[in-house]
Amino acid sequence: MDKIRVIIVDDEEEFVQALVERVQLRGMAVEGFTSGTAAMKEMEQKDFDVAVLDVRMPGLGGLDIVADIKRRWPERQVILLTGHGSAEDAEKGMRLGACHYLMKPIHIEQLVEILQQVAGPGQKEQGDE
Amino acid sequence: METVKLPRSTEKTDGFTSLPPLHRRRYRHLMWQAGLSISLTAILPLLIMTWINYSQFEETFHQELVRPVFRFTANAKRSLEFFLQERISALSLAFREKPVQVLRDEKALARMLNNLKDTFGGFVDLGLIGPDGVQVSYAGPYQLAGKDYSGQQWFHAVHMRNIYISDVFMGYRHFPHFVIAVREDNHQGGHVLRATIDSEIVNKLILGLEPAASSDVFLINRQGLLQTPSRLHGRVLEKCSLGVPPYSAKPEVYETMDGDGKPLIVGYAYVNDSPFIVMEVDQSATHQAGWLTLRRNLFLFLLGSVLVVLAVVIGGTRLMVNRIREVDLRRAAVFHKMEYTNKLAAIGRLGAGVAHEINNPLAIIGEKAGLMKDLLLLSDNPPDRQKLLELVESVLRSVDRCSTITHRLLGFAKHMDVQKDQINLEVLLKEVLGFLEKEASYRNIEIVFDVPGDIPNIESDRGQLQQVFLNIVNNAFAAMENGGRLEIALEKMDGDQVAVNITDSGSGIAPEHLPHIFEPFFTTKKGGGTGLGLSITYGIVEKLGGDIKVASQVGRGTRFTVILPIRRKDE
Repeated sequence: MDKIRVIIVDDEEEFVQALVERVQLRGMAVEGFTSGTAAMKEMEQKDFDVAVLDVRMPGLGGLDIVADIKRRWPERQVILLTGHGSAEDAEKGMRLGACHYLMKPIHIEQLVEILQQVAGPGQKEQGDE
Repeated sequence: METVKLPRSTEKTDGFTSLPPLHRRRYRHLMWQAGLSISLTAILPLLIMTWINYSQFEETFHQELVRPVFRFTANAKRSLEFFLQERISALSLAFREKPVQVLRDEKALARMLNNLKDTFGGFVDLGLIGPDGVQVSYAGPYQLAGKDYSGQQWFHAVHMRNIYISDVFMGYRHFPHFVIAVREDNHQGGHVLRATIDSEIVNKLILGLEPAASSDVFLINRQGLLQTPSRLHGRVLEKCSLGVPPYSAKPEVYETMDGDGKPLIVGYAYVNDSPFIVMEVDQSATHQAGWLTLRRNLFLFLLGSVLVVLAVVIGGTRLMVNRIREVDLRRAAVFHKMEYTNKLAAIGRLGAGVAHEINNPLAIIGEKAGLMKDLLLLSDNPPDRQKLLELVESVLRSVDRCSTITHRLLGFAKHMDVQKDQINLEVLLKEVLGFLEKEASYRNIEIVFDVPGDIPNIESDRGQLQQVFLNIVNNAFAAMENGGRLEIALEKMDGDQVAVNITDSGSGIAPEHLPHIFEPFFTTKKGGGTGLGLSITYGIVEKLGGDIKVASQVGRGTRFTVILPIRRKDE
């Protein structure tokens, strides 16, 4: 069984570092980025299953990227992270094609569960069909 | 850029944005000002009316005093002139009718004297004097036949004018009398008929004209000697204390003072063809009782009216000023509440940003702690000591970040009583912008500070200034697209003031909206703002003794200039 390939983008470097490591410990292939631009470059070159994006970032924010990803790679899934109390941005992201959103601080089990749900073996097979 | 400076007098009528300082002194000043102007308006016409009345009454009373004296003096003059003329005519007639030869007979002269006495009265004796001045015949109570008058002044006078009336004198007769002499040049060969008249008859004549009981009536001659007795101004032939009044063909009245300083009204008239001046002297004080009563009543009325006006004005003004004060206090309370609400709203607007700011370090803490747990539970190898230390350090750094944010928020939310505080504007502005740092970074908004070295600390109220700048900066952020620029420039101005220029590169304010932006409830925000932010900002700046100006150009941006005094003036 292939590992689920995840890309995590957040402007908080320490957050990204820890989250990447934790998700890796749960058996997924994860890469972290602290800017939307760097992440987009990587995505163009490498295949991945799910992108976890922070909504608000200097430069390219999560909302800017989500539409781009869904347009270019409709099969790739996007999960949004938001530090806001308001869910407005997240809902906007869902309309643009994100499949889930999570409020910071996040629970790792919840994230992993969602990751497996959207990109786990069943989902992948469905996608392959 | 189009600049609008709101004129202070017309800019606000609603009262929300400009509240007067509620100090006692101000209301006392207002009370004095209103009281004085109303009192003056009410009392001045009263004073003028009283003065006009007083003058008119005084003039009328004066006329009342003067007129009878004038009338009496004129009457006395006419009567005396008639009296003297009558006797001159009688003498002339009698003299013309009888030849000198007849009159040389003393019996005939005595008959003539008796006729004159019976018909006219006052004649004492009668003498015929020859052209040489020697008395030819004499009829009367004295032995004066043969007396030589040729050396006497009156004899020369009668030769020149044919008629002569003497002053009153005592002469040989030892009672006051005067002489009327007539000369018939052609007819009687230069003889003179000389009659002596008892001056008492003249006295009786003028007293018979019924002068006022309070007045003194007498005659003087042109040397000022009394010709008839005076009650108050001397005896016959004494010098009259009033002196000789200036000559006038008509009767005259003048006012003077007697030796005791009492006011006198003096009427006089020169009696034609005689040495006499008739005088009536009245003590005007005796007639003034009526005037004094009226005058007293007039002043009492004035005093009473003024007191009533003052009482009403003081009462009314106090009531009015108290009402104004109550309204001011109520307005101040409403304003204070609105200010507070506005501050809470401003903080609420910041809430989202603050939550995000706190959530980020919290997320880091969560992840770092979670990773430590993961390392302990999930990793096959025991966690590396250095790795754990780094994770803990990261957690502690994030906790510091959180506490910085919470402290800033706490400091900002402090209640805002007007206080004097030394404030470094640069620090204060950076504190305010600290809340918007994250938003600025997400939205790529560049914040530029320009603080020259000569900006002094200012004395003002910290909380209120925070609110002012937060309102302006919030508006600026709302007006700007992502990638905008906010410039904050401090500037030391003349007259101990500091200007804070806050310039954004936002959408700008339409010229037709510019004059209204400080009005309460005026808003152009699409979501519908309260329209109170800038009006409250204006009110606070004014309360702090400063001023606020705005310049804007649609599509290019807006600049707010807040001018603040370096030293806070006591209200």
